[in-house]
Amino acid sequence: MELAAPSGAGSGAAALNIVVLVKHVPDTQLNRRLGEGNTLDRAESILSELDEYPLEAALQLAEARGGEAGGNMVTAVTMGPAAAVAAVKKALQIGAYQGVHLSDQALAGSDAAASSLALAALIRHLGPVDLVLTGLTSTDGETSLVPAQLAARLELPQVTFASSLEVISEGDSHKAVARRDGDTYADVVEAVLPAVVSVTDQINHPRYPNFKGIMAAKKKIIKTLSLADIGVAGEDVGTAGSWTVVESAAVRPPRTAGTIITDEGHAGIQLVEFLADHQLL
Amino acid sequence: MSAVLVYIDFPAGSDASPDAAGTGTPTAGLSKMSMELLTLARVVGEPIVAASGPLSEEVRTALGSHGVQQIFQCEQSELREYLVAPKADFLAQVAARISPAAVLLDNSAEGKEIAARLGVALSAGVVTDAIGLDRALLAEKAVLAGSYLVKARATTSVAVITVKANSVTPEQAAHATAPAVETVKVSFGPASLGTRIVERTARPISGRPDLSEARIVVAGGRGVNGDFTPVEELADALGAAVGASRAATDAGWIEHSAQVGQTGKTVSPQLYISAGISGAIQQKAGMQTSTLIVAVNKDADSPVFEIADLGIVGDLFSVLPQATAEIKRRRS
Repeated sequence: MELAAPSGAGSGAAALNIVVLVKHVPDTQLNRRLGEGNTLDRAESILSELDEYPLEAALQLAEARGGEAGGNMVTAVTMGPAAAVAAVKKALQIGAYQGVHLSDQALAGSDAAASSLALAALIRHLGPVDLVLTGLTSTDGETSLVPAQLAARLELPQVTFASSLEVISEGDSHKAVARRDGDTYADVVEAVLPAVVSVTDQINHPRYPNFKGIMAAKKKIIKTLSLADIGVAGEDVGTAGSWTVVESAAVRPPRTAGTIITDEGHAGIQLVEFLADHQLL
Repeated sequence: MSAVLVYIDFPAGSDASPDAAGTGTPTAGLSKMSMELLTLARVVGEPIVAASGPLSEEVRTALGSHGVQQIFQCEQSELREYLVAPKADFLAQVAARISPAAVLLDNSAEGKEIAARLGVALSAGVVTDAIGLDRALLAEKAVLAGSYLVKARATTSVAVITVKANSVTPEQAAHATAPAVETVKVSFGPASLGTRIVERTARPISGRPDLSEARIVVAGGRGVNGDFTPVEELADALGAAVGASRAATDAGWIEHSAQVGQTGKTVSPQLYISAGISGAIQQKAGMQTSTLIVAVNKDADSPVFEIADLGIVGDLFSVLPQATAEIKRRRS
């Protein structure tokens, strides 16, 4: 099935074409393991919790402009093995309009550099977009490198760690205004779209899929693409195309419970004695 | 000996507000983080510094005592006026000049983003969250919420590495140097001036140590029920930073930047005192690599007790103030 292009003519001039990157990651509530070649065991994976925030942000921006009927498009995009399509399906149940799954054996073991290379090619392949929205980090790799690398590769403005996001439209021209909360400063930043925007978990309260959404998702299109489809050579991604390698991995010995006491009126003093015993006063 | 480029962002004391662009405000002393990066750089090779603003005499002298041979600085206002990308362009340009074996940056959100772009510009592998680094540029880091320790390496001719605070004890070089200073004129990439900082507000200074760097952290959760006073008072008695669980920051009891956990900061202080926090995975991910953990919680079944070196089943509103008073008594 072919993807729908947002209907430009006849739609509201302020309509947006938004791509949301979603990742299929091992459930953080379970024990996660490194497997063969020190890569992650991806069994029992789910849509990354942090990717629900950019999806919600995309849906709100589109809905404020008349939704799908108003010519907006929200495409949930993932890359990864066959099972990763589950992240796209979940995104469609939550409300994304259509999905794209870049699936190729050669992608296995991609680091941030290889992932951002594949995603940049994929986004170029999808055609002009207004916004590429991502979460603040993946809950598996936890590097936060991909949004900045994607912006650099696509030569688009980078609006990262947005804790609020507004898109101001004048005719066909859009401007993103975002708040970025750093440790020493809170910034307000502006960029003319198209741009790559990463959002934090402070930006909104993601909706849950409801029964109607789950039923509607069954009719939505998911397009599967291979590396050949987007013009990327296998050796440029995956383990071969990565610029970093994990040479060794060791399980950290799990912490064990120490002394547990019940306060009988002087636990505060016992706490201080414990600190004194460990030269922490 | 190979060169190692160390990035120093507008150091403490510099006025980094966009409207103060290019005024050349001299900076106060070298931060502890910068000293740690320089100490690690000397393990690998000869430290060379790239600074995003002009440096004061004091900082130049401090860099000399860390064995820095050369300082490249940028005085262009774009580094203050636009987000991240111009800083990466500056570093890429310096790196192209000196062909370092590695570029070291601090592991802040912005440090990682500069590293990310630099990696693309130099076709260099980026390793984040390093807590150790050896001569062969093998970086040690914790992954999967601290459940594994891995050794990772860039396979490219230059490695870009972001280093977490407190990874090394800062030491001065055996021989001080008088670094040469060169001001670099950077040409910015086509999209590097795409995101303009239109407003900048400095966060209020708490007077407490930085959460990511603190030796001791006292953190409160749902159990503080809106009142962080006992947590803050104990933190102040110990000279500690104040942290919080996501439940506490989501409730608006304390600012989001205090959040420790999977979606907040990862800390590994010598002592983490957890008060009124159940210790679910979200929180555990951010603090379980602390050297010692003390937990205070009313609920004896809280998962935090499974990882605490000292667990106190009790009311934080009586245990914490008693501890604070006892610390003050012992010190008086």
